[in-house]
Amino acid sequence: MKSSVMKNPIKYASLILASIVVLLPLTVVLFAAFKTHAEYNSTGPLTPPRNWFNADNFATAWTEGRMLLGFWNTTVILAISLTGTILVGTLAAYAVSRFEFPLKRLVLGLFLVAALVPGVTTQVATYQIVKSMGLVNTPGSAIVLFLGTDIISIYIFIQFMQSIPPSLDQAAMIDGATRFTVYRRIILPLMKPAIATVAIIKGIAIYNEFYIPFLYLRSPDLSVISTALFRFKGPYGAQWETIAACTMIVILPTIVFFLLLQRFIYNGITAGATK
Amino acid sequence: MTTTMQRPAALRKPPAPPKRRKRWMPWLYLAPALGLLITFTYVPVGNMVYYSFTSWDGLDATMDPVGLDNYVRVFTDERYWRVFLVSGYYFVASFAQIAIALYFAVILSFHTRFRNLFKGILFFPYLLNGVAVGFVFLYLFQPGGTLDTVLGWAGLGEHTRYWLGDPDIANISLAGTSVWRFTGLSFVLFLGAIQSIPSEIYEAAEIDGAGDWHKFRHIIVPGIRRIISLSFILAISGSLSVFDIPFIMTGGANGTRTFVVQAYETAFQFRQIGLASAMAVVLLLVVLFVTWIQRRIVPDEEVTLS
Repeated sequence: MKSSVMKNPIKYASLILASIVVLLPLTVVLFAAFKTHAEYNSTGPLTPPRNWFNADNFATAWTEGRMLLGFWNTTVILAISLTGTILVGTLAAYAVSRFEFPLKRLVLGLFLVAALVPGVTTQVATYQIVKSMGLVNTPGSAIVLFLGTDIISIYIFIQFMQSIPPSLDQAAMIDGATRFTVYRRIILPLMKPAIATVAIIKGIAIYNEFYIPFLYLRSPDLSVISTALFRFKGPYGAQWETIAACTMIVILPTIVFFLLLQRFIYNGITAGATK
Repeated sequence: MTTTMQRPAALRKPPAPPKRRKRWMPWLYLAPALGLLITFTYVPVGNMVYYSFTSWDGLDATMDPVGLDNYVRVFTDERYWRVFLVSGYYFVASFAQIAIALYFAVILSFHTRFRNLFKGILFFPYLLNGVAVGFVFLYLFQPGGTLDTVLGWAGLGEHTRYWLGDPDIANISLAGTSVWRFTGLSFVLFLGAIQSIPSEIYEAAEIDGAGDWHKFRHIIVPGIRRIISLSFILAISGSLSVFDIPFIMTGGANGTRTFVVQAYETAFQFRQIGLASAMAVVLLLVVLFVTWIQRRIVPDEEVTLS
């Protein structure tokens, strides 16, 4: 590609500029997290901290923000919602792709139309339903909502299941397997790539979700990562070094997760969005 | 509903022929998903339409019907229709987002040094927690903060302002934050789509003497048409339903109140469930209408699932 040699300086300049735009806002927060209060007040945001081992802000943020509790609550909600989504989604996908039944098109239509309804629009009315179930201010509220609003995973499962040859099921059924055995012993193990995709997309979404926990998990004992971090806004408004440390604590697991699973995350997101 | 009616009949006869059994079997597998779908999507939508014609406060046992009053208020009271103008900022920003994402997806699809590093950097913001992003940018936009310092270094010191305090610029700052956060998502979607174009097509085009622009215009754009149109749907419904960024960063102050922030306040702080429901119905109708138009313009042949 001779023609692109001329363009290379522009190409690399634009990539470097974009990288600075992405990384600079994060870097300055990292700097602030290691500064003492006096140092924070006397230095500019772009000045690196004097002592890179000053963990005081992290200690304050960790204890004051009850971050351990936040991580624990997030993990519990994440684990139950993910397991539930996978079970509910694969069962439904199994029914849709392996059975012929009346009203099947109607059921598919219901799932399809629901995908067009953004979750935030219905939250006013959904709140009343969750309230009538007595789930407000219990982890159950977030769990049922993360399970109940997920149409995308069902799509991913249906799409994937259509690529598994039905002759496999039929062979097993001739050997005497029941429908449920087929689901558990044949379909579920073959669905692993789709399950991984859903777990990644859904996991990211739940870890980052703010609106649902903010609305339904008001009690400080139920704080998840998002709401624990948000609570710093009021009382710590003037102590940016503590807020910065807490922000870094929230971001750190994402960095680790991303570095470990980079390729799977890209593929998962692409598969999820294009269905 | 006929199948539900026949279910008891099928259960009463234990040695039912296999055809009979098959009738209720799929419903057993579908029940959890359908139950959740109906409880948390369809019932709320139905209730919401009903609430929107009442002046319910969310607590009273009775709901007084008020006809179209709530809708009239949504369209006549400036506080309520103004939020659509705010969505405009995010909508325009999403074009920038798509353009930037497309540019980087194209250049990183072909040979580039440190390709994976750049890919990682560009995508990473999408994974970050919304509250964390809000705080990072609150810090960036502070008076005397990062942005002001950088502008000072670049000799543009006189352009510093109250990025979040000045109503003229606050929405642009917030929309910029949104571009920072979501460009990575569009980027990865485009990248995936471009990579699914078979490489022989590019080789054939090169033999025919096509330049980079021709390849972009005649191979890449048509090849990823579906994903570009999907990005536009996401952009429209996304810009109408912005919540995290303005709520966390400004709390809706200085003219940055978006539709969802306004609906949240109306419903959960002022307890005007009826009015908030009318807002939500309007939002839902707009989203459905736009999606419908989009589907008419770019028919999506893979919609049918069966």
